[in-house]
Formats: sequence, structure tokens, C-alpha cells
Amino acid sequence: MNLQQIIDQLNLTVLTEPRDFASLTPVGGYSSDLLSCVMAGAKKGFVWTTLQAHLNIVAVAALTEVVAVIITENAQPDAASIDKANAQGVVLLSTSQRTYEINGKLWELGIRN
Amino acid sequence: MCPPNRTPTEQEVHGRRGRPITDHDANEINRVEELAYDLKVREVMTADVRTANPEMPLSKVLDILRTNRISGLPVVEDDKLVGVLSLEDIVRALQKNDLSAPTGQYMTREAVTVASYESIVEAIRTFTERQLGRLPVIDENQNLVGMITKGDITRGILVALQKDYKIEEVRRYRASHLFEDIISDRTTLVLRYTIKAGDFTQGGQASSYIKRALLRLGADPQITRRCSIAVYEAEMNLIIHTTNGGILKLEVEPHRITMSTSDDGPGMADTEIVFQPGYSTATEHVREMGFGAGMGLVNMKRCVDEIKLESAVGKGSKLVMRIFIPDQTVGVSRNGKNDEPSTNH
Repeated sequence: MNLQQIIDQLNLTVLTEPRDFASLTPVGGYSSDLLSCVMAGAKKGFVWTTLQAHLNIVAVAALTEVVAVIITENAQPDAASIDKANAQGVVLLSTSQRTYEINGKLWELGIRN
Repeated sequence: MCPPNRTPTEQEVHGRRGRPITDHDANEINRVEELAYDLKVREVMTADVRTANPEMPLSKVLDILRTNRISGLPVVEDDKLVGVLSLEDIVRALQKNDLSAPTGQYMTREAVTVASYESIVEAIRTFTERQLGRLPVIDENQNLVGMITKGDITRGILVALQKDYKIEEVRRYRASHLFEDIISDRTTLVLRYTIKAGDFTQGGQASSYIKRALLRLGADPQITRRCSIAVYEAEMNLIIHTTNGGILKLEVEPHRITMSTSDDGPGMADTEIVFQPGYSTATEHVREMGFGAGMGLVNMKRCVDEIKLESAVGKGSKLVMRIFIPDQTVGVSRNGKNDEPSTNH
């Protein structure tokens, strides 16, 4: 299941610059709104679901090398965060759904690590 | 076509950005797209070009085409491009049995061209729109300076991508040999970062510089990950909890990596309780941003082999963390140590 398929099936909005999402394949997932937990728990290649939309999620995403951040419940990062994400190659996705729903769907799609 | 007196582009002034790329970047189309704008026609074109002049008999041009196995020639008079002659034009002449006619009589004037100072994306556009396979390249004075084909563009992009790779490879190579090339009884590389209190916009910046430095030095990815986590938590603590910010320091030696922070306040009375999972003094405002989980020092402790925290209220705190590297080389994973910090929240 590549990132493009996930974006299509979960109907996610891409906030950062478009890329070849089909070439990115998430190897697992992690959910938390606490950045320390994400630092410890999110591994390289994971998708991270959170309702945090603050600038600091970009640094955490870059350091953990997650494949994408899915921001839930329509939380909106500001323009500076999106710029920074683009500069650091971080993919930010957005959805109106709850973290719980998104996690359930990701699990259904086979992202189970 | 741009007029000769145009203002130079940003890239012409500052040069092509020789941005080193990661393996990750290389898989993406973005860089190629970027190169289509970055690379100029003159960088990829063939400069050594066969030409004809308007007086040249067609039979002679046909010879040139045949011996060079090409299907057309730019026609030049006093260095200026005046037309192109293709095999089709020669076929027209053949039908009239007129191969002794001068080139000027059968050539196509108003040739489609591309300027040498344009981005190759311009040439790609022209190829697509006009369904042409090769284009004469002219300079600001309409002088012919070369020819460009689709093959030239592909080759140019591949060479540029390879160059990007090499730059990063060379950097990595040089850095990873640092400790072998410099001989001393004890070599230490010290990186120092000033962290401002409350500056959340820069949060994590020093940590990403440190991560990149360690990878360039050839450190094992797992050790780099452990350092990144520890140093990020330490960096955020300086931003969140100090009065005036502090200094974040990384000392790399062949056998160990030392990360430390020091600040001048406010300091804490109890340096044990902060290691309790969930203990936090973060304000509501900071918690809203996702900090204050009370896991910072817990994370740090998990990631390093040795951690020491000293603090005095009103004076400040000093935190020292160490990761030991066996075999005296940066780049070897530590045996017996769990590389991934475990998570149980």
C-alpha cells in the first residue's frame, strides 16, 4: 500500500508540495499528540497521525523520518509550518476525520506495524 | 525568445544551487523537475556542430548528412543562423533533379530555435509543441552556437543528478575520514549551538544539524537515531524551561559521543523526580503544542549509555549524556545495547 493509494482511499488533502507519493510506502504507523512520545515511538518510514498542527511537528517528523504526517480533525498548520515542511521534505496531509477513524482505516489497509 | 537585454535570472547571478541530495530525494521526480529549470540549454547542447552555408550545393550537403548520419543541418551565413536544411528539403530538390542547386534555394527559413540562456524546460516545450527532434541553439546575437536534441537533455539531467550524488558522497567520505586523517593523542570534534528560550520556531533545528553531521561522519544510523532523540529532547528543554536559553554541545570522539546542555536558570531542586515518567512542569500553553508529556528525560535516559544531571535553583542546570562506541570507530553499532528505545505508553 503506497502513500498515493492511502491518500486516495482515505480522501486526504495534501498540504505540502506534490510529490511522487506512489514511490513512498509506509512501513507502519504511530499516533500521539505528545511530541516526546512520537520521538520515541515513530520510526523511519511510519505514518504519524496527530491532531497537532503546530510548527514543531515538522521538526519531529523530519528527525524521525516518518513518511507522512496525517493531521486529523481539520487542524490547520499555518503557512510557516507548511513552508518549513516543504524545505525539509516532510509530507503533511490533512483530514476532517478523527485520529481514531484514520487509524482504523490504515489498519484495514494493512498498515499494522 | 528573450530580448538580448533582459535582466539576468536569479540562477545566472547566483549560479546553480549545488544542493546535495539524499537517497530519498533521488527517488523523487521533484529534483528532475528542478533540474529542467536549473539547467541551461548551453550546458547540455552539442557545441561542435556541422553547418552548411546558403551557397553550398545540395549534393555537398547530402554528403555531409550521409557521412555524419544526421537528418538535417543548420545553415549559417557570417555566424548567423539563416535557416535549416532537412532531408525533406533534399527530397524536394531530388524530385526536380536539382541537387546542384544552392542550399539557400531549398532550405527552410524562419527556423525554430531555442536560446542558449534558456532553461532546458523551454527546449522540452518546443520539442513537444513543434514535434521536432533537434533544435538549433542561438545566442543573444542570433549567432548559431550549437544544436540540442532530446538525447542531450536526458544525458544532461543524468550527469547533473550524478554530480549531486558525488558532492554528497565526497562530503560524507571526507567527513568520515576526519578522525583517521587528523593525528593526535585525542581528537574531538565539538559542535556548539546557542538555543534561545521560548523560540519554538527553531525547535529541533540544532538536532537536525547534529543528525546530519553524525551521518556525514559515518556514524551508524541507529546510534545517530539515539543521539537525535536525546539531543532533540535536550534542545526542547532549553527552549521550554530555561530563563535565557542555553548552550547545546556535541562532542564527537572516535570512541564516544557526548551531548551536553548548560543554562543559567531557573534550575531545579530535585534532579531525581524529573526522571519519573509523566512528571512535568510544563505550562498549559506549552502542553497545547504537544510538549510536556513528562517523557523528555525518560527518553534521553533510554537512548544514551550514561546521563548526568546537575542543577541548583537560581543557578542553572547542566546535563551530560554519553553514548559509547565500541571498536574506537564512529560508525559501529554498540553490541548488546538495545538500539531502539522501547516505548510503553
